[in-house]
Amino acid sequence: MEPLDQELDESEIELPTEPMLLNVGPAHPAMHGTVRCVMELSGESIQKVDVQVGYLHRGFEKMCERGTWTQIFPYVDRTNYVSPMLCNVGFALACEKMLGVTVPERCQWYRMALGELARMSDHLTCDGAMAMELGAFTPFLWMIKGRDMIWDLMEEETGARMTHSFGRVGGMAAPPTAGFKENARAVSEQILKIIEEVERLLLGNRIFLDRLENVGIISQEDALSLGWTGPCLRATGLPYDVRKASPYLKYDEVDFDVPVGSTSDCFDRFMVRIEEMKQSARIIEQCIARMPDSGPVNIDDPRIILPPKDEVYNTIEGTIQHFKIVMEGLKLPAGEVYAYTEGGNGEYGFYLVSDGSGTPWRVRIRPPCFYVTSGLERVITGRMMADVVPCFGSLNMIGGECDR
Amino acid sequence: MAKHLIDLVTQKFPGAVIQSHSNHGDDTLVLEAASWHDVAQFLRDDPRCAMQMLVDLTAVDYPDRDPRFEVVVHLHSLTLGHRIRIKTRVGDPDGEVVRVASISDLWGSANWAEREAYDMFGVEFVGHPDLRRILMYPEFVGYPLRKDYPADKIQPLIAYREVENIEKLPPFGKDEGMSFGRQTHSYGQRSNEQESN
Repeated sequence: MEPLDQELDESEIELPTEPMLLNVGPAHPAMHGTVRCVMELSGESIQKVDVQVGYLHRGFEKMCERGTWTQIFPYVDRTNYVSPMLCNVGFALACEKMLGVTVPERCQWYRMALGELARMSDHLTCDGAMAMELGAFTPFLWMIKGRDMIWDLMEEETGARMTHSFGRVGGMAAPPTAGFKENARAVSEQILKIIEEVERLLLGNRIFLDRLENVGIISQEDALSLGWTGPCLRATGLPYDVRKASPYLKYDEVDFDVPVGSTSDCFDRFMVRIEEMKQSARIIEQCIARMPDSGPVNIDDPRIILPPKDEVYNTIEGTIQHFKIVMEGLKLPAGEVYAYTEGGNGEYGFYLVSDGSGTPWRVRIRPPCFYVTSGLERVITGRMMADVVPCFGSLNMIGGECDR
Repeated sequence: MAKHLIDLVTQKFPGAVIQSHSNHGDDTLVLEAASWHDVAQFLRDDPRCAMQMLVDLTAVDYPDRDPRFEVVVHLHSLTLGHRIRIKTRVGDPDGEVVRVASISDLWGSANWAEREAYDMFGVEFVGHPDLRRILMYPEFVGYPLRKDYPADKIQPLIAYREVENIEKLPPFGKDEGMSFGRQTHSYGQRSNEQESN
């Protein structure tokens, strides 16, 4: 038989190719249901990509301008719904910065302990989902089990599993329960065990490592210019953590390390989150040790904090105070403020503009995800189609936060 | 904190700074819109400022003012550890011509942030490479975060988009489309026949 390519050798036929337009998402599991990527493919490699967000836009910033400052808490809960406690505390801190008040020590430790638990749940979700998308379903189930332990604890503390709306300007909605310290310690210990198991299962897995290592690399300058913060920026080797750089609450008094990556690939982003959970466990341990068992949680200012219920029902002053705070809202001084905390995905900031009335003039939520997702285009251009899944997973795009 | 930055910019651009304050510890410069890009570039490139990161860019609507909108940018220097907020005032009271120079060539994060400010407030960033809506859909009417946009406004229904270069449109044939839509098994055919009878 004659070889089939005999004629081709003589006349170099150039096969006509044109890029294929592929639409991934928004209803695609790899896009977490809220992002659409229009890709121009040449074979399997991505030539051009247009990342489109906004499918989960619910107009929170507009809604915030209609109620009182306290009524914003449910909205910020629903921005990063995997770690709502961090958002709650971040917003409370922004309002407190404007009012110029500081919450009592017990509340600060309480906020930190709850916040670090929320950070753990955030990272567990991200790393678990990332593993699942690469075919490792068992670690996902283990990590979600760990996340559920945190949510059970949160339910005990706040009454809700996910959207707690537990923060208040000037304190928290309720003091810590009697069993909080014990439960938090038990949960964080169990999560450390889960992380250990997950590490044993994944970090020796050649397939898993091959999908992540040297995939989705971004340079430090690019990451900085794109406004990346949080674990994604730290994976590039920059130790920028709001908790260290400009400590709030009691973060300057606790001992913890900031893990950084070296190659800024997907694997680094995965590992930074794993290490951060271990650091969170350290912080929780210190918070529990130093949180007083008794004492006030809320500041003692009747213009900011609702009076206790027995005063509301039995004294005229309490009734009036309650009525004024509920109906008119607490008054923040006119002006503007930008306050930022370390959220699950990075610098979670609030730019608040108040006109002095009880209604916010403008509430701008600075979403870390939004800026991280804007870098997706740079991360995946030129890579293979299959790399989109680990790259996108490692950025931890939370739809509610990105689109608000 | 970074009070010296305010002095530095005021000395360097004497005509550009309208106002400055440090309320709540946030150093703020209000700039002339004409020198918006120049000051931003100075803040990024000068080693005494070294603002490597544009943390956030947004706008605020003050319908009673002229110029009506404020574009607000928060900058952060990781190496020097200071922050500054710069603002500029743009737009006529009707909000029809709202223009300011784009700074997306200086920081990558300004790209999407300016698209969002355009989407929400209708601020047109001159020189932006790809200024289109980002959170809303292209057919959206109006700018939702403006104060004169009612929160309960209902948007018009939009027709199907005309998509060019789509080779195949529904209805699909028997062997096309989703597997669950294929009516190749005998049960489906039989029931169809029964219905038609």
